[in-house]
Amino acid sequence: MLELRNITKRFGNVLANDRVNIAIKSGTIHAIVGENGAGKSTAMRIAYGFYRPDGGDILVAGEPREIHSPHDAIALGIGMVHQHFMLVDTMTVVENIILGAEPGSVASVDFRSAEKRIDALSKELRFPLDPRAMIESLSVGQQQRVELMKVLYRDARILILDEPTAVLTPQEVNDLFQTLRQMKEQGKTVIIITHKLDEVLALSDEVTVMRDGRVVGHRDTASTNAAELARLMVGRDVLLRVQKTAAKPGRAVLTTKNLSVTTRDGGRRVDGVSIEVRAGEIVGVAGVEGNGQTELIEALAGLVEHAEAAGEIRLDGQNVMPLSARHRKEMGVGHVPEDRHRRGLLLDSSLAENSILGVHYRQPAVARPGGVLLNKNGIRSRAQEVIQKFDVRPPDAELPARALSGGNQQKLIIGREFELPPTVLLVSQPTRGVDIGAIEFIHRKLVELRDAGCAVLLVSAELEEVTALADRLIVMYQGRIVGEVDPTRASKEEIGLLMTGGSR
Amino acid sequence: MRNLVFPLIALVAAFLVGGVIVAVIGDDPIETYRLLIGSALSWPDGIGYTLFYATPFIFTGLAVAVGFRCGLLNIGAEGQLTIAAFATACAGISLANVSPWLAIPITCFVAVLSGAVWGMIPGVLKARFGSHEVINTIMMNFIAVGLASALTQTYFKAQGDAILETKPIAVAAHIPRLGQILPGLPARIPVNAAFFVALLVSVLVYVFLWRTKWGYEIRATGINPDAAAYGGISVRRQIVFAMTVSGGLAGMVAINEVLGYRYRYYHGFSAQYGFTGIAVALLGRNHPAGVLLAAVFFGALTRGSLFVDIFTEKVSKDLVFILQGLVILFVAAESLFRRQFERWRETERYKKHG
Repeated sequence: MLELRNITKRFGNVLANDRVNIAIKSGTIHAIVGENGAGKSTAMRIAYGFYRPDGGDILVAGEPREIHSPHDAIALGIGMVHQHFMLVDTMTVVENIILGAEPGSVASVDFRSAEKRIDALSKELRFPLDPRAMIESLSVGQQQRVELMKVLYRDARILILDEPTAVLTPQEVNDLFQTLRQMKEQGKTVIIITHKLDEVLALSDEVTVMRDGRVVGHRDTASTNAAELARLMVGRDVLLRVQKTAAKPGRAVLTTKNLSVTTRDGGRRVDGVSIEVRAGEIVGVAGVEGNGQTELIEALAGLVEHAEAAGEIRLDGQNVMPLSARHRKEMGVGHVPEDRHRRGLLLDSSLAENSILGVHYRQPAVARPGGVLLNKNGIRSRAQEVIQKFDVRPPDAELPARALSGGNQQKLIIGREFELPPTVLLVSQPTRGVDIGAIEFIHRKLVELRDAGCAVLLVSAELEEVTALADRLIVMYQGRIVGEVDPTRASKEEIGLLMTGGSR
Repeated sequence: MRNLVFPLIALVAAFLVGGVIVAVIGDDPIETYRLLIGSALSWPDGIGYTLFYATPFIFTGLAVAVGFRCGLLNIGAEGQLTIAAFATACAGISLANVSPWLAIPITCFVAVLSGAVWGMIPGVLKARFGSHEVINTIMMNFIAVGLASALTQTYFKAQGDAILETKPIAVAAHIPRLGQILPGLPARIPVNAAFFVALLVSVLVYVFLWRTKWGYEIRATGINPDAAAYGGISVRRQIVFAMTVSGGLAGMVAINEVLGYRYRYYHGFSAQYGFTGIAVALLGRNHPAGVLLAAVFFGALTRGSLFVDIFTEKVSKDLVFILQGLVILFVAAESLFRRQFERWRETERYKKHG
């Protein structure tokens, strides 16, 4: 049993935790939900000894405890798996797990006994893990297991997982949930921080909802539902379903014929894809991540090397295969990339500078066509426009993009691309790591854009999202299109089967 | 404001540690620093020489800063300015019967162009073949010095000259010393019109980087090449472009050296200007205003070092190299500290706005 009593934590003049009370029963899976910045991670980091609270008590098994450092937390049986893994890539699984807790003497590390323990633990939990594998050779899901194992190896009875599913594929999420249930059966206590409501409902026994640093609700999972939790999180009613009318598709805007992407190492990432996206429709691409969706979108946007792409891409009938990314953008190809930090933003630059990325050489970023000098007023008004229309918060064009939350960064990117204005919009993972409120907003905007006659190609790892938004749904598997389904009729199982290579 | 505070902290820290070193060697730190600073800031000689020494540092500091802004480390300013000085001298020699109105612009143009070409080569190598600019610029430094000496020796030396230097350039290509313009400044002090060129170029570099679409593209490439490519910017072209501009800026050292000071190419004239430029850019935060301040600071150190060398009992002018090294160390350490500080501020902000 872990209990936080009246925990208060201030960062400067911001109250990150305001008299937070959370009681977690032994042997349960407890979800803590809330939007970004609600204070859920802060509360759990206090329990793990990362931060010292300004007030309040932490009780472990009914007794008040002082937790000054993660070291203290581990001694009390509390372990935490962070959202970003802390593994040494070039070391083996066993080396990573025992790092800092090496068995054996000073002179020699007893790897054999460590391996034995890890084997035993992985059998208990029924997840296979080769102790001698290199971290860099493991998938993200497997790396997360190593992180879990690190905590279990140190005899943690209470496990805190911070947004564990953010980086996982749907399959890996299932596997993780299996493991967590298994751990619960063995009497361990699991605390999972998340903002995905379906996960809360599928996994947890109890749920605590936080908003603005306070606990705003506590429920037995069995007696609540997504709508209620969303309302508690956001503080108002939230539309969980996308509202849209039937599409009125017009002319074919984007067509590909036998489009292939072959990387330098010879891997064929996209294999003979022929698609057609018409004005006024959203075509969804479903598939397990890593099946060529990324490369398909990048090839369409003009971001793969010419030598790597083959086949035909036509925009309004014109072959754009030889054209650069800039040229395609000029023809109205908007692109919301899947990885906003790597591709979509200049994190260290201001919102204003980010709002003109890709159109920085033409009006209004420069004063007259072909001009060289940047037009400060033009850039500022463009930034203000994006910020206002897309509700980017805080609405300060001079802030660096890095200072924004994920949802607001995404709104900035989408707003920028909407301003093109696009005739085709390529959208990848539009709501990854984005709060519920912003998800609703982004979905509504995408439908608005469709209704305004734009052709939208949408890739998402969230099956819910593609099925809800798409007017037509194609499924990719190993670089190929393995089927097209009607998203209003097809069942989740049917699509899932296609996604994993089975046929209907 | 913070942009000024952090480098100042680094400077103070460097001087404190330097003081300890002086004390250990056996001289009085306060007296030594008084000598160092006093001799660098005296009028007219101290200030005149400080600005003279600062001039090449401004050019090389700007050169390195432009490279940095594009994510490139131009170690090759040394080679670029060597080639530029040689080429400028050649041009100056051949312009014997031309009016200054023609000779000066032409030689200046040659200085920029030759430096730019020398910078462009490693840029092209990186863009085309992916070979690292650090390695290539270092190699280009050796080639530049070797090439300039060999050609000087064979073709451009004055008859019977025992020193490895070219014939003097045409008088028409001389640019005036500030002493010829400013009252109260004796003309024997070599600070010349190139200092004003350096000031002007600093402003131009600022405008270029922050007020033009070209500068935007360079900075975007430096901040995040993947995002730049996404924004329709050709990263390869930016690499070549930035290296070319960087080389051109380094080449301008020739204006100070050849047109304003020695009036010829003199082998070994550069007292590590290109490498000091890296320190100048680092201390100046890759911003033209910062580069200007840092260059004047390094110029003052160079000036003061002579007096420390002569008038102290034990400390030699190497103290200045120690101070330079310490400044760089503290600036580098400071950026670690600063990153922590900024991360903390961001979390604050993030929490505030959720």
